[in-house]
Amino acid sequence: MGVATGAYGLSFGALSVAAGFSVLQTQVLSLLLFTGGSQFAVAGVIGAGGSGVSAVATSTMLGVRNGLYGLETSRMLQVRGWRRLVAAHLTIDESTAVGMSQQHPDERRLGFWTAGIAVFVLWNLMTLLGAGIGNALGDPTRWGLDAAAAAAFIALLWPRLRSRDARATGVLAGLIALVLAPVTKPGVPVLVAVVAAVIVGLLGAGSRRKVA
Amino acid sequence: MSRWTIVLLAGTLGYLVKLAGYLVPTRLVAGRRTSNIVALLPVALLAALTVVQTFAGRGGALTVDARAAGIGAAVVLLLLRANFLVVVIAAAVVAALLRAAGIG
Repeated sequence: MGVATGAYGLSFGALSVAAGFSVLQTQVLSLLLFTGGSQFAVAGVIGAGGSGVSAVATSTMLGVRNGLYGLETSRMLQVRGWRRLVAAHLTIDESTAVGMSQQHPDERRLGFWTAGIAVFVLWNLMTLLGAGIGNALGDPTRWGLDAAAAAAFIALLWPRLRSRDARATGVLAGLIALVLAPVTKPGVPVLVAVVAAVIVGLLGAGSRRKVA
Repeated sequence: MSRWTIVLLAGTLGYLVKLAGYLVPTRLVAGRRTSNIVALLPVALLAALTVVQTFAGRGGALTVDARAAGIGAAVVLLLLRANFLVVVIAAAVVAALLRAAGIG
């Protein structure tokens, strides 16, 4: 997991600077937003000429899953006061996965905190390194950093495509984006593509199983 | 919206969404349909981001250029279960080489 986190952080740092954010702004995103998918979305939408509103909206919707994790981890951790505020910030894919994969309640808590803190430190260090590299590279298209941003999105998407519902959502969302991109402002196609999740979520196998 | 506003607003909203999970009673959001949709949300957003980042040119017009070749390389490497950094760098290298050769 350390290698994966380091790689994500490094890529994010370089891509964020390529999208026109300063090294400091890039670092603040990693410290404050601290959830990979959303951070890549901010860099991607702004880098592609999208508005601030669409960047923030895309980022926030990608972060909604963390809130869903919080429903589980808050029961698991049973924290109050300032610890709860810190736990919320550390609630991301990795810490939730490590915590939930343990059996014993104490091990689950330890797993969550250890993974959360380790990823936070590593993510921020690698962001700084990546931002430094991005700064040194200069012109982003000359080095293919626009293609790297696209590759980062598909690499983040890849492990989420295991179910049929997910693949249907991906195809539908991709088609929506293709159709809308030439006729709307940058950033809009991605926001409208959310409709794909709503349609498949309502009609897909998941809800049919509930009826049956 | 200035760059700093984007950074601080995205960060604040991202944190509030996380915190909401600790404060909102489970029963308000635990419906099967709601959780289906929420689970599919990242898939829809990331798929659309991939498409736009690969095929949208200036002004949004669709183009097939060096980026498409880069994403092709990325898909091959993902099928081979390559590491994230390998996938991202390979896409950049393919696109950069094509551009250096005057293609795309």
